[in-house]
Amino acid sequence: MAWQSLDIRRRSATTTPMPQVRESTEVAKLIDISQCIGCKACQVACMEWNDLRCEVGYCVGVYDNPPDLTAKAWTVMRFTELENDGRLEWLIRKDGCMHCQDPGCLKACPAPGAIVQYANGIVEFHQEHCIGCGYCLTGCPFNIPRLSDQDHKAYKCSLCSDRVAVGQVPACIKTCPTGALHFGSKEDMKEHAEQRIIDLKSRGFANAGLYDPPGVEGTHVMYVLQHADHPEWYAGLPQDPAISPLVEVWKGWTKPLAIGVMAAGVLASLIHYVMKGPNEISKETEKEVENETRPE
Amino acid sequence: MRRDPNDLDRYTASERVIHWIVGISFILAGLSGLVLFHPAFWPFTMLFGSSTWTRILHPWFGVVMAVAFLLMVVQFWKLNTMGKVDWQWLGRIGEMVSGDDQNMPEQGKYNGGQKLLFWLLVLGTVLLFVSGIALWRAWFHFPVEQVRWAAVVHAATAAVMIGLIMLHVYASIWVRSTIRAMWYGTVTRAWARQHHRAWYRQVTGTNK
Repeated sequence: MAWQSLDIRRRSATTTPMPQVRESTEVAKLIDISQCIGCKACQVACMEWNDLRCEVGYCVGVYDNPPDLTAKAWTVMRFTELENDGRLEWLIRKDGCMHCQDPGCLKACPAPGAIVQYANGIVEFHQEHCIGCGYCLTGCPFNIPRLSDQDHKAYKCSLCSDRVAVGQVPACIKTCPTGALHFGSKEDMKEHAEQRIIDLKSRGFANAGLYDPPGVEGTHVMYVLQHADHPEWYAGLPQDPAISPLVEVWKGWTKPLAIGVMAAGVLASLIHYVMKGPNEISKETEKEVENETRPE
Repeated sequence: MRRDPNDLDRYTASERVIHWIVGISFILAGLSGLVLFHPAFWPFTMLFGSSTWTRILHPWFGVVMAVAFLLMVVQFWKLNTMGKVDWQWLGRIGEMVSGDDQNMPEQGKYNGGQKLLFWLLVLGTVLLFVSGIALWRAWFHFPVEQVRWAAVVHAATAAVMIGLIMLHVYASIWVRSTIRAMWYGTVTRAWARQHHRAWYRQVTGTNK
């Protein structure tokens, strides 16, 4: 549902401007991977606050549990054992929606209002408007949305927009015991990240950095990575994510153009009919046939 | 019902029925597909019960269309093999469109334009069917990159197909006394002689 205290900046399948008069602070979640111990308290908090109960799964041989995001698991820890320069590093990435500034899901969605982006940057699915086509899965460069088998609607992390709307931090932030998760204005989060990166660099992580990919105009969920030059080490975090050019072609200017061409076709037919008149059988042919078929 | 014993049979009842199944399912698939194509067509959701119903029904309209069209192709493909005279006809299509069809090359049951349309619709239906399967998330799970390709192919092909069918419909309205062939199967001798002279000779056994 839409929160009255949050203005909507973008709305799926809508071609006219959204409210822009009020100015809002852009928010962001900062995930400091170097401080995450993989306890999954955030997964539990997410389930609790959002009333989600994933089916009880099974051990797939690694710590990842559930092994993937589902319609009922909006965030999961992804564990990577990295052997780097003869040292073992355990990289634990909290995966979930990145809340892109340029959201591919919203761009791909054909249902008006099923996906919105609030002025504070949160991208949210409104399932009551979702038609279950799965186009958002096609638009997402991070492989985040999941279609539910139960109701055929798409689900993902809402960044607890309901909590944020009333001045609370998201449930995962609230519960994180190590301080790996932070929430605040995007500006503040960037500043905090800078301090963390300085610290990491002093500890020998020369390539530590912030993950705020420009290909999607930045995200409202950012990572501090020990190895920002290799985001793919973190369970396949994309190096330079962007909305697929195929999606841009599919959802860009081609469709208004196609509609224009189709409409022009109808108009051209009408003009042709008016200018040239119907193609009727000539009197001459009619007479010839009449003569042929007249009984002898 | 035959009022004029001189009328010529053009389509059998089964050919007509299958044509209209294809036609109706094309219109339904087209209207429901346009909803997913661009929000400008969102009001069409009301024709199908709701937006979600539109999404559920659209692929089934497509399946009906593809199966019925396959039956049509079986019935008609031989009559649509392109020959030299068909390309000659197409080369002079400008004369036809400008309303002067007196000097067009003689045509059999179908003219070059109809045959070309037939093969383009065959190609389009194959593309729509294959890409549509990839997009049908209720039943199929393809890698996301393939689904992205499918979405582009499906939308582009559908737009072209709608254009082709609009042309097909307009041609049948523009060329008078044509639609009756698909309604009840017969055409007048004069119609056949003017538009499909070679077919006229063949079915009447004359050499006029």
